[in-house]
Amino acid sequence: MAQKHPEDRHPMLDQLSQLWRNRTAVAGLVVIIVFILCGIFAPALSPHDPIDVALYDQLKPPAWSEGGSTKNILGTDDLGRDILSRIIYGARVSLLVALVSVGLAFCFGTIIGSISGYYKGRLDDIVMRGIDIILSFPYILLAIVVVAYLGPSLQNAMLAIAITYVPRFARIVRASVLEESEKDYVMAARAIGARDLRIIFVAILPNCMGPLIVQTTLSFASAILDAAALSFLGLGAQPPTPEWGADIARSRALILRASWVMTFPGLAILGAVLGFNLLGDGLRDALDPRLRD
Amino acid sequence: MPDTSANARPLLEARNVVKHFPIRGGVFMKQTAAVKAVDGVSLAIRGGETLGLVGESGCGKTTFGRVILRLEEPTSGDVLFQGLSILGYSKHDMQALRREMQIIFQDPFSSLNPRKTVSHIVGEPLLVHGVKSRREREARVLELLEVVGLRREHMRRYPHQFSGGQRQRIGVARALALKPKLIVCDEAVSALDVSIQAQVINLLKDLQSEFGLTYLFISHDLSVVEHVSDRVAVMYLGKIVEIAPSRDLYREPLHPYSQALLSAVPVPDPSLQRPGRIILKGDVPSPIDPPTGCRFHPRCHYAEGLCSEREPPLSEVREHHWAACHFAGRAGLP
Repeated sequence: MAQKHPEDRHPMLDQLSQLWRNRTAVAGLVVIIVFILCGIFAPALSPHDPIDVALYDQLKPPAWSEGGSTKNILGTDDLGRDILSRIIYGARVSLLVALVSVGLAFCFGTIIGSISGYYKGRLDDIVMRGIDIILSFPYILLAIVVVAYLGPSLQNAMLAIAITYVPRFARIVRASVLEESEKDYVMAARAIGARDLRIIFVAILPNCMGPLIVQTTLSFASAILDAAALSFLGLGAQPPTPEWGADIARSRALILRASWVMTFPGLAILGAVLGFNLLGDGLRDALDPRLRD
Repeated sequence: MPDTSANARPLLEARNVVKHFPIRGGVFMKQTAAVKAVDGVSLAIRGGETLGLVGESGCGKTTFGRVILRLEEPTSGDVLFQGLSILGYSKHDMQALRREMQIIFQDPFSSLNPRKTVSHIVGEPLLVHGVKSRREREARVLELLEVVGLRREHMRRYPHQFSGGQRQRIGVARALALKPKLIVCDEAVSALDVSIQAQVINLLKDLQSEFGLTYLFISHDLSVVEHVSDRVAVMYLGKIVEIAPSRDLYREPLHPYSQALLSAVPVPDPSLQRPGRIILKGDVPSPIDPPTGCRFHPRCHYAEGLCSEREPPLSEVREHHWAACHFAGRAGLP
């Protein structure tokens, strides 16, 4: 077995260690981890059943205001459901939507972009014009069209978000692949007789991961936001599923009477989106050598 | 000693190879012009020899090297490897042929994948050609690294942890992995320091005698080419202008372009400087629209009316010494 050399690490690990020096990125990561833990351990963490209606406890204010009690720390909504529990379960829904939709967009976008960038020519022209067409729609409108066609449900919302996110991944991957495929190591891979698929996925793509990781992280933030927006419009999660956007929509009428019902899901969205954005920016600084001093 | 090697069947033969890169423009991306990178090159490389290919940057030597390996498809012409035309080869046949011919690149930084370990880079040709067992591959990689003067502990490292010379050795090890017959060295030492150049050149020479390799040694550095080559071809604007055994060409270049090139080679001792350094007029013309007749005529000291009208064929002026000049070897020319 070869001796372990202290610097024998994957080059990307060196770059990622830069991330630890970026405090805001670490803060973003901490926020994300908190949300992820909330999502995973929702049944254990939430004090109440999120869909349990308690008509005697309608619109209880948070514990620290007048009339509030420690039974419902963040208060209750108009059906007496515990808001903290709904937010904790809502993290599960939002993160799942983000994971599935960004995951789908990542896979399809990467495949489309890398093939388009590697083969260039007519295929590239056709694919990229298709991408342009998708991009020419305001994407929330496109998502609405997709959901309206397929019917409102959480699954269809995921699909709609995934479709609208494919172009950004495809473009980023295509640009990176175009740049990388000019390099001699690609020519060397051809010279040893490697097949195209091997060249694309084993040789080129690992060198495109930097921008792709950044894009993925930032897309998580916008997917959470878009999922909330679709649910707000009634096109995503259906009641009684605890979902931040849907909860905000339901409590619109109460904003003057019981502002907490709307505020806390809003803060949850803000926190999750901010967390992913901070991490994404930190990753960009760490992975993009051009931005480094 | 009679020169019998000239009669042996060449390992690789290029016949009138042409490579034009189209330039497209306008709304419908119609081809408006073409960069004539290689414009009718014929030459033969015999087994076991080193053929030097020299010329200014942009003259098409790199493109030619890639065309004979079929890394670029030629526009026309034919490439024969061991007497068989390889241009009609299917993907499958080509894959098998890749074992026989390899390439070493100029830039030791971009020619190695930065995300892969040395073990992966050198072992990949073996994996692609069916050595599935990891242990077998690693053993072979270790052998190859030792052949090129690297050590076992280098296997797990990444390209950025090496110096330029070491990286070039990794590239050499990769090229050797499939035990090829022909290696195209595309400016293989041009990016290295002079002392490292010597090391890598000596390595290449040692490998040649050990494994019976044939080299196409592409370079713009005339002194390096003189040192390594058995024969040398001089290329200008996509054409071969002179081809001869190394000693003959350096002693008595017949084409005015070769003469100018050789007169520009720096000599270690200034008192030995050859008299009459030839300074060429102007720049290399664009390969999009090369001059008529002899491509060198606008810059040539000896050009006459004929030169701009008729293109001189590459002809055998002395024994084994070919030049493409109307006046080569005639009186009046040095």
